Amino acid sequence: MAVRLLLGLALLAAALVAPYFVYSVTLMVILSFVVFACSFNLLLGYTGLLCFGHAMFFGGAAYITGYMLKSMSMPLELALLGGTLSAALLGFFVGLVAVRKSGIQFAMITFAIAQFIYFILLQAPFTGGEDGMQSIPRPALLGFIDVSSSTTYYYVVLAITVAAVLAFYRIVHSPFGEILRAIRDNDARVESLGFKPERFKLLALTLSAGMAGLAGGMKATIFQFATLTDVSFPISSEVILMTLLGGLGTLAGPMVGAGFIIVLNEHLAQFGEWALIAQGAILLLVIMFLRRGIIGEINALIRNRRVKKADRG
Amino acid sequence: MFDAISPQLLFGQLLIGLINGSFYAMLSMGLAIIFGLMNVVNFAHGAQYMLGAFTAWLLLNYLGVPYWGALVLAPVIVAAVGMAMERAVLRPLQHLDHLYGLLATYAVALIVEGLIRQRYGATGMPYPSPINGGVNLGFMFLPWYRFYVVIFSIVICLGTWLLIEHTRLGAYLRAANEKPDIVESFGVNVPRMITLTYGFGVGLAALSGVLAAPIYQVSPSMGTSLMITVFAVVVIGGIGSISGAIMTGYVLGLVEALTKVFYPAGAGMVVFVVMIIVLLMKPNGMFSSPERL
Repeated sequence: MAVRLLLGLALLAAALVAPYFVYSVTLMVILSFVVFACSFNLLLGYTGLLCFGHAMFFGGAAYITGYMLKSMSMPLELALLGGTLSAALLGFFVGLVAVRKSGIQFAMITFAIAQFIYFILLQAPFTGGEDGMQSIPRPALLGFIDVSSSTTYYYVVLAITVAAVLAFYRIVHSPFGEILRAIRDNDARVESLGFKPERFKLLALTLSAGMAGLAGGMKATIFQFATLTDVSFPISSEVILMTLLGGLGTLAGPMVGAGFIIVLNEHLAQFGEWALIAQGAILLLVIMFLRRGIIGEINALIRNRRVKKADRG
Repeated sequence: MFDAISPQLLFGQLLIGLINGSFYAMLSMGLAIIFGLMNVVNFAHGAQYMLGAFTAWLLLNYLGVPYWGALVLAPVIVAAVGMAMERAVLRPLQHLDHLYGLLATYAVALIVEGLIRQRYGATGMPYPSPINGGVNLGFMFLPWYRFYVVIFSIVICLGTWLLIEHTRLGAYLRAANEKPDIVESFGVNVPRMITLTYGFGVGLAALSGVLAAPIYQVSPSMGTSLMITVFAVVVIGGIGSISGAIMTGYVLGLVEALTKVFYPAGAGMVVFVVMIIVLLMKPNGMFSSPERL
């Protein structure tokens, strides 16, 4: 445990000095995707629900946050909150339709609903259609902290990310998180103990959607635009890839996965289709040979070594 | 509102709806067959449909094989590729959570589509229609090729349905889904049957692709855009129900067409609206029997 705390602090220290070495917009994108991947992990890693359209929460909130900033001239913190809450609300309604199902059916239903949301946003008057929503302002935080430079804003994004990850940690290590894991492993048993799995799944989906919404809102304020790409299926599949690659059901996994995929995308962006082909190939390799993900494998290695040591001792 | 709609527009759209419905029906039927035996949602179905059309296009342009040859050859070629994929990718995953099968087929689709787009570009390529001309019905013009596609797809759907629901082979398939070990103890090679069934489903997708080539353009993304609707069709029809998939496919094609006539802005969404309503009222889909789920 102490080692983990130390690792966490080292990571935080590295994050604090990172903008002096790496382009801060890239760092912010990674952070927003860390939050997004954590939200996805809450569903698939801890509750066993594969949401195949998580981009609807991410991209939907990006538009809502953008709209509140641009057309309603709302303060930054309120716009982010608005994006988060509206995504959570959308998650709640999707849940009403979808949580009665699990496994494949849940995946297909969320996939289809996400397409539906995509069509709505394509035609809705406030989104700017194919052009997207451009030049979203980034007003001063709390009214007095100027965040127009990306280096300053990076620290705001970092603070939000740390808060979100801590909240995520609290959720999965609470009694509620225990029940979610029990539902993942055996939902009939949970039901026989007197809990209603559907209610817990609904709450998990709402929380996860809200967190994805926060990530989407952050993304809209980082790039200062929101587009249909944010709601499209490739984003949904990217977050699946990040989470699986890093390690399902681990705290650090989605962070590693998000960092890896964002950096990969940046490097392959100039090679056209190869970015997507590489994503497909990595996804296939992870599914075939690395189902525990990078962090999951490392954890397993450490555990094995510990067991061996205990045997010898 | 109603008097503004000419019969040409109405029947023209209904024909388009019937054509689209034919493809929805054939593709969702293939998905239902694969899901019924393997519990895998074949996310590569759209890519395999596209490969069918693409193979036909390649056969025509590089080997001079005409449409009628491609109609037989392309599905066989793509089915062979599909069977190899089943062996290499799906077989090792079959005892794991079914979500891995879904994700693996998606990954394959991503790779295949990406490679084709990289090699041939994203723009659509025309494929000449093998049957030219048509007939003027007075209220509309009916191209022969489109008429042929509708009839062909109905024959394929009915034939496949009869094969699976009313023959001994179909009984084996259904039995192998329920109790593979018992079917195996009767001397049936279940793994080979799974491979062949997957190949059959993939072949159906490729066949639809060849049929589609002269109507839509041959492009790398032709499958993906269609599959989004097809997945909604499968959810509405009830996952794994073959007759449900066929009927829902045709009905939704027509519903979409009618929406395009009376409320054009809603045409892209109507399938999903229907899906949400059906899910709220009949969570298992319209045609599924409860014991299958």
